[in-house]
Amino acid sequence: MTEVLRIEGVTKRFGALVASDDVSLDLRAGEIHALIGPNGAGKSTLIKQIAGELRPDSGVVRFLGQDVSRLDVAARARAGLGRSFQVSSVAADFSALQNVMLAVQGASGGVYRFFRPALKDAALREPAFALLARAGLAGRERVLASELSHGERRRLEIAMALALRPKAFLLDEPMAGMGTEGATQLTDLLDELRHEAPILLVEHDMDAVFRLADRITVLSYGRVLASGTVDEVRSNAEVRDAYLGEDA
Amino acid sequence: MREGWINAVILALLAAVPLAAWALDEPFVITLATKVAIFALAGVGLNFVLGFGGLVSFGHAAFFGLGGYAAGILASHAANYEPLMSWPFVLEGSQQMLVIWPVAIGVSALAALVIGALSLRTRGVYFIMVTLAFAQMLYYFAISWPSYGGEDGLSFYVRNGFLGVNTFDPLSFFTICCGLLLMALGLTDVLRRSRFGLALEAARQNPQRLLSVGIRPYGVQLVAFVISGALTGLAGALYADLNRFVSPNMLSWHTSGEIMIFVILGGVARLWGPVAGAGLYILLEHQLGGISDYWQVYLGLLLLVVVIFARGGVIGVLARKQDHD
Repeated sequence: MTEVLRIEGVTKRFGALVASDDVSLDLRAGEIHALIGPNGAGKSTLIKQIAGELRPDSGVVRFLGQDVSRLDVAARARAGLGRSFQVSSVAADFSALQNVMLAVQGASGGVYRFFRPALKDAALREPAFALLARAGLAGRERVLASELSHGERRRLEIAMALALRPKAFLLDEPMAGMGTEGATQLTDLLDELRHEAPILLVEHDMDAVFRLADRITVLSYGRVLASGTVDEVRSNAEVRDAYLGEDA
Repeated sequence: MREGWINAVILALLAAVPLAAWALDEPFVITLATKVAIFALAGVGLNFVLGFGGLVSFGHAAFFGLGGYAAGILASHAANYEPLMSWPFVLEGSQQMLVIWPVAIGVSALAALVIGALSLRTRGVYFIMVTLAFAQMLYYFAISWPSYGGEDGLSFYVRNGFLGVNTFDPLSFFTICCGLLLMALGLTDVLRRSRFGLALEAARQNPQRLLSVGIRPYGVQLVAFVISGALTGLAGALYADLNRFVSPNMLSWHTSGEIMIFVILGGVARLWGPVAGAGLYILLEHQLGGISDYWQVYLGLLLLVVVIFARGGVIGVLARKQDHD
């Protein structure tokens, strides 16, 4: 399988705290690679370093074979890293449609166009409607993002990430705070998305992780505790102690 | 009430008051209306970054003053038949608005580019302070530079010309100012609806999100800051022509504060907010100012009420819900 994303020896310290301790992992085409671990294990810190929000103290992030360590968030997004955040991050005063149109615009370039009305621009509008429909938000296009339900906002974020026509998704706890039904729907959506681009998925919802993941990496205190297929990780004694508990 | 209807009422008032004053032969009222149009234009400039971009610039006096000095300096050189410079090429002054406006716009846009490029590296309160500091620098520079009047300011005796129009006629000058105001409103409305405007408003709401869809807020905000400075600079040139006088006061932080008051009173991020705000401000200045010398106490109270109870300003209270698609 072709490798899309690879991080090598990434280390990040905040004072005495080692948030990422020599972490290496890769993401291959067509797969969902879940990143799990207890709170404070450094999952979000790792995602931020991959997305470019944080710079690692040492180590390399390679995306599509290129070293992207020196690129900022915007450049990495344009290179094809689609992102969703742990806490929903959308433009709250915009409608769902405007949010996705913004993402389409980011992907297609042409921010510095001053005169044509964006909302009537079919080149933004049509893809945005299609993406919202894919994310299960058809009929909710004109609702303000701040008035969408929690689950809808998470799906809006997925639609925005999709708009970048990403080569890889970085999804930071997309199921967080969702009801069972919402989580099931989103799981189905993610299952489809892997064929579009592989997903590096941070998630606490173990049902979803075991259903979706091809591989799992377990982080603990910033270190990779275990990495492998679902069955390998489930049967790993250390992991059961540290995280999964006896009933897993 | 729909915001569009409120805007139409404001426009009708802005046009009707000077016309009525003209019919009743009250030129002073026309001058007041002209002041409203000019202040509103300055506010439209600020509203573009403050309202739509969420950038609280406390230094827009810099652009207002630079536009004013551009007009004053060009006009006084032309009146004295002294070229601005004679080497390496001769640069003459001008008393034509059609020459002065582009110069005022160019100078203030350039200043906005420099000030914006530096101050946009900061956020929040620091941004407010850095923009204030730049404007105060220009203010002290104007005070201490004797060539153009220093602290006393610079008078020019003839209002600059506009094509064949008699600009001394208050109604004609009002019409010119009002026309430019309408053009600026039209321009900001078009910009707000464009792809650029979408990115600018997103940069206000969630810069992190904007970055993660591949757009850097810095460039978007800088371009907006330049457009904003240029509009306020044009207002400054008109204000100089209204008074036939420019002074460092135009550059002082009081002026920055006043422009901000127009925007806040009228309604932040409302297209016609600055027009309503400037109108209300001038009305208060002349009604309350007639009753008490301390009218600004009441203005202060009103501002408090608006900020605490009516964030959307006059237009926000009347229109309630903002339009969105």
